[in-house]
Amino acid sequence: MSDGSQAANQGGARPAKRPNTFLWIALAVFGIVGLSLNAFMRPEGMAKRLSVVTTVERVLVEEAPAALAPEGSQPAEAAAAPTATAKRKWVDPDDAGLAAGTLRRVEGVDPISWETRESIKPSEAELLAGEIKPGGPVRIEPSPIDSLGIWVAALLTLFILSFVYRDNPFYKVAESILIGVSAAYWMVVGFWSTIVPQLLGSLAPEVVRAYAMPSLPVSSTPGLDAALAFVPLLLGFMLLWRLAPKGGWISVWPIAFVIGTTAGIRLVGAIEADLMRQLVAAMKPLVVFENGVGAAGEAVRMFDFWGTVGSVVGVVGVLSVLTYFFFSVDHKGAVGKTARVGIWFLMISFGSAFGLTVMGRITLLLQRFEFLFTDWLNI
Amino acid sequence: MTTKNTEQNPGGMRGFFVRLGGLDRRWIFLAMGLSIAVPILLKLRFPEVPGPMARATFEAIESLPNGSRVLLSFDFDPASKAELQPMANALVHHCASKGHKIVFMALWPLGKQMADQAIKEILLEYHGDKYEYGTDYVQLGFKAGNEGVIKVLTTNIAEAYPTDASGAAVSGLPLVADARDLGSFGLVSTISAGYPGAKEWVQYGRESMKPEARLTSGSTGVQASQLFPYYPAQLNGLLVAVKGAAEYETLVTEKYPVDRNSERLEQGRIRMGPQLVAHLLMIALIVLGNIAMIASRGSQGGAR
Repeated sequence: MSDGSQAANQGGARPAKRPNTFLWIALAVFGIVGLSLNAFMRPEGMAKRLSVVTTVERVLVEEAPAALAPEGSQPAEAAAAPTATAKRKWVDPDDAGLAAGTLRRVEGVDPISWETRESIKPSEAELLAGEIKPGGPVRIEPSPIDSLGIWVAALLTLFILSFVYRDNPFYKVAESILIGVSAAYWMVVGFWSTIVPQLLGSLAPEVVRAYAMPSLPVSSTPGLDAALAFVPLLLGFMLLWRLAPKGGWISVWPIAFVIGTTAGIRLVGAIEADLMRQLVAAMKPLVVFENGVGAAGEAVRMFDFWGTVGSVVGVVGVLSVLTYFFFSVDHKGAVGKTARVGIWFLMISFGSAFGLTVMGRITLLLQRFEFLFTDWLNI
Repeated sequence: MTTKNTEQNPGGMRGFFVRLGGLDRRWIFLAMGLSIAVPILLKLRFPEVPGPMARATFEAIESLPNGSRVLLSFDFDPASKAELQPMANALVHHCASKGHKIVFMALWPLGKQMADQAIKEILLEYHGDKYEYGTDYVQLGFKAGNEGVIKVLTTNIAEAYPTDASGAAVSGLPLVADARDLGSFGLVSTISAGYPGAKEWVQYGRESMKPEARLTSGSTGVQASQLFPYYPAQLNGLLVAVKGAAEYETLVTEKYPVDRNSERLEQGRIRMGPQLVAHLLMIALIVLGNIAMIASRGSQGGAR
């Protein structure tokens, strides 16, 4: 299918641009009017979001002396037990242990509190409204930042989809934002998932633990880790040498190292899983029987028609496709005919892959439409 | 002259098909958009008949003894969420319904967030009363290293994951404290969108698992054709794209129905309605396009 104006010119008729333009303008006006009505006439509105704000409070407690006391000891002895040995933890002020007396507040430590937020739709807020007590820890309030986020996501989605009409500045803006954000995102991920924990965390674990990642695991061999970390550090510097005006050849060595190790790792996996196991899987009986139960309850072997068809198709497919890729012999006569069968198998597999790809792409479009309808338009 | 014009602009049905060949492609985009949008708005749904690969996945989990330790690897990100989150949700619900102890991990940076969503919306929503963190489920989170992480997991889990996603030492989490390597799991399942994912789990993980242990995968449509050769010898079950998710959801919810928010376990089936209409449109367009091509060949004097 070709562009409308081009097709019209080929046919020698008047350019079909004007009627098409009217139709597209009509569609655009219809869309704008529909969106405006949706935004202003419906109480749900567009991209309207509320937040369920929950205030969480915790107090520091320790086990009460009575709970700590050894079995059979007197309460007075228990009260005299040093509280330093008691296990401390943060609990809800309404914790059952405080009411029962098995826990007690640690003196001199203020409670801590924080808020959690969950974005909801106005319709969901109506359902929750009856359960929320005034003055309680849970409240519902407008969430303009969530609404803004939905508007940004919806507009960027529409900008990208506008490419199906024609290339335009809105599409280019969205495309540039996507590329820029993706590049920055992967850089940040690489820095925080590899450079900091695995390189800096090995070279200076205490510093990383103090200023960057408190949860960095403590190694049992810090000296060895630091020594080994110098290898990738050195290779990294060598790789960056490519940017220097002289000595570009130095960067070839880390590239060779990466290619060599990757090939070694991949080779073993590929030979084991993709060659040997596939060979074993291909070596199966052409005529398939399955175990069954006879009329008298005795074990019998039954001919499996579809299993046999599957085996024959599999073996014919493997041999014919291998023949097609065997270029040392001219594809004439029996070899040519077998290769031709191989082409059919390949075409069917490409068609299957294309169909699966189409299904995947339609799902992506579908999810974007779901987002536009449910989150943005609040339909 | 008149004869030539008639050949270039034939009338009747043939002329219609010739003109169809020159249709502005944007009408096709519009038709495709409507074929997806209208079924979404009409909530069009069709019954799903589970296929052999979905059944094999279901059986792989179903046949494990209740309370088995399973490893779920979320190897995808929001770009593939539309295809993979439905099957991930069904998988978590199925494992939890069987009482399996679940260890979550991710080879993709945002896989951890995808797993968190499944934990919150499925595991804690439907099974929160019997699932306690540390003893019944653990979130190990993302680990950089691609297939290198799988290689390490085959020998020493604590080396790849000394802590869980929140920074707690795994030695203090009963569920994983005694898990030495991949052989400690009855089932490993990867929800995979590409590299690293299902292919790497087969290549590097399968061999170190116990012979009776299962390896299953959920896959995007794009990479599924790379995984078909592994089924059923190396992959015990394979869910392909949103169709596989819909079939698996059907099997899981038929046996383990839920009493609230059931749409969370119907996302695959909900998305198959628009899929069907869009596929029918595409088939029709392919047929019409070929007829238009043949018709236009005829109008050009039979030139090939």
